[in-house]
Amino acid sequence: MSNVPADLKYTREHEWAKQDGARIRVGITAFAQEQLGDVVFVELPKVGARLTAKQAFGVVESVKAVSDLFAPVSGEVVEANGELGQKPEIVNQDPYGKGWMLVITPANAKELDQLLTAAQYEEFLAQGGH
Amino acid sequence: MRYLPNTPQNQRAMLDTIGVRTVEDLLTRIPAKARLSRPLALLPALAESDLIRHMRSLAARDADADTFTCFLGGGAYDHYVPSPINHMVLRGEYLTAYTPYQPEASQGTLRTIYEYQTMIAELTGMDVANASIYDGASSLAEAVLMAHAINGRHELALAGGVNPLYRRVVETYVDGPGLKLRDVPSPEGVLDRDAARRVVGGKTAALVVQSPNFYGCLEDVAAAAELAHAAGALLVVVSDPVNLGVLEAPGRQGADIVVGEGQGLGVPLSFGGPYLGVFAAKNEFVRRMPGRLVGATVDLDGSRGFALTLQTREQHIRRAKATSNICTNVALCALMATIYMATLGQRGLVRVGELSMAKAHYAAERLTAVPGVSLRFAQPFFKEFTLKLPKSPERVAAKLARQSILAGLPLKTLDRKLGDCLLVAVTEKRTREEIDAFADALAKAVA
Repeated sequence: MSNVPADLKYTREHEWAKQDGARIRVGITAFAQEQLGDVVFVELPKVGARLTAKQAFGVVESVKAVSDLFAPVSGEVVEANGELGQKPEIVNQDPYGKGWMLVITPANAKELDQLLTAAQYEEFLAQGGH
Repeated sequence: MRYLPNTPQNQRAMLDTIGVRTVEDLLTRIPAKARLSRPLALLPALAESDLIRHMRSLAARDADADTFTCFLGGGAYDHYVPSPINHMVLRGEYLTAYTPYQPEASQGTLRTIYEYQTMIAELTGMDVANASIYDGASSLAEAVLMAHAINGRHELALAGGVNPLYRRVVETYVDGPGLKLRDVPSPEGVLDRDAARRVVGGKTAALVVQSPNFYGCLEDVAAAAELAHAAGALLVVVSDPVNLGVLEAPGRQGADIVVGEGQGLGVPLSFGGPYLGVFAAKNEFVRRMPGRLVGATVDLDGSRGFALTLQTREQHIRRAKATSNICTNVALCALMATIYMATLGQRGLVRVGELSMAKAHYAAERLTAVPGVSLRFAQPFFKEFTLKLPKSPERVAAKLARQSILAGLPLKTLDRKLGDCLLVAVTEKRTREEIDAFADALAKAVA
């Protein structure tokens, strides 16, 4: 079973979201990067872009697939992980740490509560994860 | 390719296997009134020798560029096709309707495609070229969809000098995604920059210019690039690669995407196709680029090899979100272009351009010396130009065709404002005698 940290929230599209003061940090889960295989390219929105929850905000490309990235919550992008441009493999090595993708200022703080808990996400994975 | 026979015994075996008595039994569900009640009206079969004679007599009725002197252009040009091309492309390793892409079996094919991409990238001055699209028009249509995918904008600005037939193909392609085509007039034969500034704005995905354009005039590509980029739009340039031995590469004038018809690079006229869609872009847009792409790599032993790359953009992997619905190409025509460019080399390509240009300017001089005949636009041109005639261009062209001269393309059906105009193209193949004969025949036809 993949690593599912208890202090994060999750989407059914395999993104994680972490409360970070007033902001929310976003990345993809260990399960997602395992399924993708070696990540070779990550396309992220620019700082200042406005995201809508459940809408695609970028793509992650591995040697075998390209997948859309979906926003866990609505809000404005205040940081994007520029290091992924040169070293996309960090997403495989450290999906919950250095492999983070965006920091968002949420438009509606309550949206975070609507995401899956770690226990719910683990159950979702146990059922096949899609 | 194996020949698969279909003998009465084969048919019997198949019918027995599925438990049907006759082929006719398979068709009983089709209503009788929807079926043809009589045999197809086909002529009786001919013996091979009779068939060849029949086909030759039909072919003799065609006006082809071998028996006629060809001044027709407008997108396809009578450039010389060097003999090594036919010799090479007819080889069994290459001559197939379907391109083998398996790296373990097709290193030779992949390598020719890689070399094609490399030479096209160099000629156009771009970072990367794909393995080709179907033709110039579909390349342009893919380019504007790509521009829309890159910046998410919904309008396209097309210069009046873009081939009107390309414009129609673009119109078809952008109908589905709902992009809006806006035309920028070119009353003086080139992009009207004031008009362009009024059309190109914050909603414009790309400005499209063609140079030399459909009327033969050279556009100021650098100025168009500046105009497009000032509005945050991309510049798409339609270019004929065979001209780029002489003309500056669009990539060095600010183009973001370069497309064009590659027929001039050793692909025969063939009554309109198959041709070669050239497509090249800046490296930063490579993941939005449609089509196949061959890359160079090394194998486990460190030996150089070739393989399809960035296939994750393509529809067999990315399905509906692929960069394009078309992830195939015209590899045999691309091979012709590869052999053409390799055969001519840098100096040969410069020579083709210089000769075409010099002969076109000689022809323009001779033809405009005919009373009543003049150049329609006062713009620099390369190998093609628009003539204004004192008599119906359709009738003049028909008259000259009877003297085995294809005088050019009457523009009335493509641009109503140019009903008195004839588009004339001159390649390196034309001789002084042919051009002089054309001028004499034109003088008689309009007298």
